[in-house]
Amino acid sequence: MGRTVRLQFYGRLRDAAGAPMRESIVPDVVRTAEDLIAWIARDDAMLGEALVMPSVKIAAGDAIIPRDADIRQAAEIAFLPPFSGG
Amino acid sequence: MTRPDIRILPWPFDPEAEARALRSACSAAGAIVTFIGQARDEGDPSLQLILESCPGLTEKEIEGFAENAFRRWPLEALVIRHRIGAMAPGEPIVFVGAASAHRRAAFESVDFIMDYLKSAAPFWKRECRAQGDRWIEPRVEDHQDLKRWQALP
Repeated sequence: MGRTVRLQFYGRLRDAAGAPMRESIVPDVVRTAEDLIAWIARDDAMLGEALVMPSVKIAAGDAIIPRDADIRQAAEIAFLPPFSGG
Repeated sequence: MTRPDIRILPWPFDPEAEARALRSACSAAGAIVTFIGQARDEGDPSLQLILESCPGLTEKEIEGFAENAFRRWPLEALVIRHRIGAMAPGEPIVFVGAASAHRRAAFESVDFIMDYLKSAAPFWKRECRAQGDRWIEPRVEDHQDLKRWQALP
């Protein structure tokens, strides 16, 4: 069993992921954002390495969440590299 | 409380027109400070700056710190414009304008908003040249600038 989650990659993480978005069937064992990164890293070690960096922020819907937040209800998770505006 | 006026724009905007509109809307304010950030012209005609945002989240995060500015300073108005998309050298990227009864609040709030826009708002910046592209990461100074405000109550 699992759930469909839309993963979004912004900035240089899009280059690391090879696409701005992917839809994944995430297994139920993935409870937190941290778990999700570990799960992604099993298939894509390079991307996992980029996502595990503490400078990468994680958003569920339109809110930035901590890495240990429960994401079981989130249909959309975005990975955000360091911000650079202005 | 007056609300901040925030727009993320995928097309070019006229910062001087924004400044004029702010001034005519705030004739009771004694002080108006405006800031314009523009894409540097380094003499490379192939150079393009590409800015991206995270629609929804970017607006929400900027609203959060703009409301914080209203709590910290007695502002009559706060206007924020930020470009996204591809920009040529010399094009405006950002406009911040604040109106207040006195100058200090106007100066400080614009400085505060700019520090947040530089390294705490979800934007990503890429430089594209004929030789190739590169992502622009925030500088150490940008993070230090932001800390100035976080150290205060």
